[in-house]
Amino acid sequence: MSMYFTKDHEWISVEGSVGTVGITDYAQKALGDIVYAEVPEKGRKVTKGGDAAVVESVKAASEVYSPVSGTVTAGNDALAGQPALVNESPEGDGWFFKLELSNPAELEELMDRAAYDDYVAGLE
Amino acid sequence: MVEITTFSGNRGLHLEEPLIFEQGCPGRVGTDIDDAGPIDEDRLGGLARKDAIGLPDLSEPQVVRHYTRLSQKNYGIDSGFYPLGSCTMKHNPRLSEKMARLPGLADLHPFQPKSTVQGALSVIDLLAHWLKGLTGMPAVAMSPAAGAHGEWCGLMAIRAYHDDHGESHRTRVLVPESAHGTNPATAAMCGYTVDPVPATDRGRVDVAALKAKLGPDVACIMVTNPNTCGLFEDEIIEIARATHEAGAFFYCDGANYNAIVGRVKVADLGVDAMHINLHKTFSTPHGGGGPGAGPTVLSEKLAAYAPLPFVVHGANGLELVEHAEQAPGAKPFGRVKGYHGQFGVFVRALAYILSMGSDGLRQASSDAVLNANYLLASLKDVLSASFDGPCMHECLFDDRFLKDTGVTTLDFAKMLIDEGFHPMTMYFPLVVHGALLMEPTETESKETLDGFIKVVRALAAKAKNSDADDFKAAPRLTPRRRLDETLAARQPVLRWKHGANAEG
Repeated sequence: MSMYFTKDHEWISVEGSVGTVGITDYAQKALGDIVYAEVPEKGRKVTKGGDAAVVESVKAASEVYSPVSGTVTAGNDALAGQPALVNESPEGDGWFFKLELSNPAELEELMDRAAYDDYVAGLE
Repeated sequence: MVEITTFSGNRGLHLEEPLIFEQGCPGRVGTDIDDAGPIDEDRLGGLARKDAIGLPDLSEPQVVRHYTRLSQKNYGIDSGFYPLGSCTMKHNPRLSEKMARLPGLADLHPFQPKSTVQGALSVIDLLAHWLKGLTGMPAVAMSPAAGAHGEWCGLMAIRAYHDDHGESHRTRVLVPESAHGTNPATAAMCGYTVDPVPATDRGRVDVAALKAKLGPDVACIMVTNPNTCGLFEDEIIEIARATHEAGAFFYCDGANYNAIVGRVKVADLGVDAMHINLHKTFSTPHGGGGPGAGPTVLSEKLAAYAPLPFVVHGANGLELVEHAEQAPGAKPFGRVKGYHGQFGVFVRALAYILSMGSDGLRQASSDAVLNANYLLASLKDVLSASFDGPCMHECLFDDRFLKDTGVTTLDFAKMLIDEGFHPMTMYFPLVVHGALLMEPTETESKETLDGFIKVVRALAAKAKNSDADDFKAAPRLTPRRRLDETLAARQPVLRWKHGANAEG
């Protein structure tokens, strides 16, 4: 399993041709207490960098962009009742959606964890 | 600080007040009328109420005290300084209120014969005349009921134009990242896709990025000027030129028109449509005080698509055009509101304009800019100003001055409440971190501003030199301490239910 990161603070972990997407620890900290999350429905086509989900905190509402293109295979239904999962476990139970990658080559344009950590360090 | 508690829960003459549903007792009344006799005939088709209505039974003094006590917990522009950036909370002149209460205007019915409402129609017509004159624009749609409604009206006119000219493929709208949230919402509401335009490190639209995004599928751009950072978009002419060259329209968000009214004719900036928040620029009440109004000025190209109704000069005085057939050449995209707009707001705005005169309006916008720059100059050595140089009607700071103190923008704002000030706008615009946006308006005297500056400077020093917990505990002196915003958002209790909302 490999994990990749975007400049917009999404992560994607890939196993075979299926990816799981969420927002990073940095993103959840910046947003503060998450009060609402809307995840895409199964079957929805998403494109790299396009809107895929919505996250709302006490401070702001934001789009979650899909790190790669593909077809959604599952949304994390648990987030509707427990949006706090995104704060508690951003890279675990707080995932947003899973998708079948249509173009795995797009992963090469993303950052690995070390590169992302450097990127975040540069923001502070 | 010693916390003072009382047996009653009251704090001096600041009284605790339960919900009205938690007061009274069955059978208590404020009137002396016999109970109604039994009704023989059911004229409600079997839908008559079977259970008790569930309203509290109260005496008149109980009702009076309840609402008086609630009003005492209120803080408004009539109580004190209200520097809520982007909202333009300025004094509502009593003269305007008096005019709006004139029986000949206040007691009108929208269905009265037109011959009996010539005065009201001339209020609409004269206000329209002033709005067109001040902006230099040839047409205005008067009926939008608020700023966001005006945005929608403007974009619908733009869409109607494109549809009418075989340009329905234009579905993309460019919106700067610092825009009011209503801009992308409006574009989405009109069925458009929103394409964000980044800002430069000067806090203005990145013109090169905007040009790169312009294309044959762009319907319009939506730019606020002055923008939400309180800065004048100094490349606005070039932005408008490039936009028009690409066949797109320039929608200007006029929320900050109060900074330039009487000084800039927006027509000279290349604007095709702009709403005017009468409740900001022309000082009519808003927020809890009353409805807004968002008349939208339109360029020559868009004028024909303005929504119904509108006032025209006819053979027998002023007439109200309510159907497209009545006005040859007009292609209204529809109607945006019942009746004729927020008429009570029109009266107030016109009274304000006529009492100020064009020279007074010019001075008001100048004073608003002067006051904001006075705040900026007096605070920038202790707070962190987000951008260099002078500002327009509001000044923007970010939270760099709180770095490593453990105090957040939110904590700082809560502390201001204990000091007796309504906090500034927080966390907007989103283009800077932990924003503090202050808009003093022309209303405030130097004494008020100096009082506020003294407190903000003292709090900034306190944040650097003391324990953050002190800030985290604020406010201490309010009817309620800091509310749990997260719980309120996650598990909102939106209505009272018998027995369900008891104190827990």
